[in-house]
Amino acid sequence: MSDGANGSAEIALRVENLSKNFGGVKAVGDVSVTVPKGLIYAIIGPNGAGKTTLLNMISGFYAPDQGSIHLGNEDITRLNPANRATKGIARTFQNIALFNGLTVLDNLMMGRHVHMKAGVLASFLYWGKAQREEVEHRRRVEEIIDFLKLSDLRREPTGALAYGLRKRVELGRALAVEPSLLLLDEPMAGMNQEEKEDMVRYVLDVNGEFGTTIVLIEHDMGVIMDISDRIAVLDQGSKIADGTPDEVRNNPQVIEAYLGSGH
Amino acid sequence: MYFRQSGYYKTNYKSDMALLPLPIGQATAIGYALLFFVILPLAFDEYLLSIVNIAAIAVVGALGLNILLGYTGQISIGHGAFMSVGAYTAANMAKYLDAPFWLTLPAGGLMAALIGVIVGMPSLRVKGLYLAIATLAAQFIIEWILNHTPVISGGIQASIEMPRPEIFGVVLETQAELYFFILPITALAIIATFNLVRSRIGRAFIAIRDQDVAAEIIGINVYRYKLLAFAISSFYAGVTGVLYTYYFGIANYEAFQLPISIDYLAMCIIGGLGSVMGSVYGAVFVTLLPIVIRFFMETVGVFFVDGNYLAQVIAQMRLILFGGLIIVFLVVEPEGLNKLWQNIRNYFRVWPFSY
Ligand SMILES: Nc1ncnc2c1ncn2[C@@H]1O[C@H](COP(=O)(O)OP(=O)(O)O)[C@@H](O)[C@H]1O
Ligand SMILES: [Mg+2]
Repeated sequence: MSDGANGSAEIALRVENLSKNFGGVKAVGDVSVTVPKGLIYAIIGPNGAGKTTLLNMISGFYAPDQGSIHLGNEDITRLNPANRATKGIARTFQNIALFNGLTVLDNLMMGRHVHMKAGVLASFLYWGKAQREEVEHRRRVEEIIDFLKLSDLRREPTGALAYGLRKRVELGRALAVEPSLLLLDEPMAGMNQEEKEDMVRYVLDVNGEFGTTIVLIEHDMGVIMDISDRIAVLDQGSKIADGTPDEVRNNPQVIEAYLGSGH
Repeated sequence: MYFRQSGYYKTNYKSDMALLPLPIGQATAIGYALLFFVILPLAFDEYLLSIVNIAAIAVVGALGLNILLGYTGQISIGHGAFMSVGAYTAANMAKYLDAPFWLTLPAGGLMAALIGVIVGMPSLRVKGLYLAIATLAAQFIIEWILNHTPVISGGIQASIEMPRPEIFGVVLETQAELYFFILPITALAIIATFNLVRSRIGRAFIAIRDQDVAAEIIGINVYRYKLLAFAISSFYAGVTGVLYTYYFGIANYEAFQLPISIDYLAMCIIGGLGSVMGSVYGAVFVTLLPIVIRFFMETVGVFFVDGNYLAQVIAQMRLILFGGLIIVFLVVEPEGLNKLWQNIRNYFRVWPFSY
């Protein structure tokens, strides 16, 4: 848990001096974050603080105006999103982005895409190697389906599912990538208490069982303080604090930002 | 009456993922094979077989467009132009190289795919209406080039005669003989498409259609896959063009102009976007409709319409009906004939117990 505090720990993600402007709006300004391997790292801050924008730059959806992003030792600042997925980054979206024409099963199979190789000819034939590959990856996906208790919904198109379940399927799709770095943008927003508890369980299990590094944006302070190893606080595009939950909780600037913005 | 077991339990993933998992599905497939390869050619005369042939050719083209339009969510108004690329490729190969069909068919498809990639590279950087206009432009540019390049299109009225296809020294002349040439290719195209759309690549196409941002983030290079869908779609179009050319005995760009591209859009929309069987139903429907209209007008219509205008009225009716049907299907049943057929089937499956 606390190996993040010691400087020799391996680094999963290093973001340096990252900036992004939209027109005149400074969404993210000169933010640096270092995420040690195997930790649950929370990013908090009031609405509009730039949390999603930061995540979007890490997953490659936005190109930063300035700064650099390292995954492990590799500079991925210029890599396109698809290539970042092959490097082991997966994410979920604040406003769920599932493939609603596909079933739960096929949404999760999409997560296997980067691990599969079947080319055009093999796909047309669907024979031998392509079929074996399909079966093999189906097996991995079924493990995730069991883990997330989605067995009964396998064949359901995701468009028809309830909100909380869609969030869970989206987590499943990201897990199917077998990421080394998992980015979760408000995975518990809009959920009832029971669903939240389930989701917290899954996040902890993913981190505990697979050692996946998790960067998490969340508003529920109770949850954040409970499960995070480290926390970074953003306000109006800038990082105003980071540290352990206790350090952050007692930081006067953080208290100011939260009280000041009406929270 | 069909009987379905209350449950057919799959014991491994492979059987769960089979194309025809239920025994009843396999029986149906055998039934179709018997119907199309034995009963139909015995029962139909040359005229009826000529209609079946042209419908079977259209199925190939519709499958191709549906991969792009229905599965990947990218429009093309230039499908006809890619058919003409296949047509002239095959006709030139037959004329100068005496190439047999088993060379002209893949070559026509590949050439169309190549041109498809060239057209797709700039076009697929834009979406929606812009893509529609870019592909419409491609339709006209390809037409113009073919019409003005005698080296490709043969000079006289931009047409090249095509010899009849030949199998083991037998020249296929009659519609019945052509039927046994075309139908296996159509059957192959249907099966290959079923395979493609359930494969890794087919899923990626659907992902792009449903959520292109999430598709990119999950590791799909969206631009490359759109280009791939465009190439595959053009390949089908090219093969379709080659088949038409064998069927008509001539390659001519006039057979592949804008109205043909629109016809193929209609097949996909009426048949069912993103559905393999929908492509089949749509192709058959759109092929048969003008024939039915003409038959109807010539038997019944003559009592209402001046005989001199009959041809014009028939042509107009066809356009009006197509336009109307496209709108009706888009608004009322976006999943097309395929969905209607499923609804009917499901109704009778539980009949007489309605639910
Ligand atoms: N695509 C965009 N275009 C313009 N402005 C944007 C865009 N994305 C975010 N912003 C702006 O950037 C700021 C930060 O937004 P965001 O990162 O979504 O905040 P958070 O996720 O912390 O609530 C906001 O002022 C928002 O309006
Ligand atoms: Mg946000």
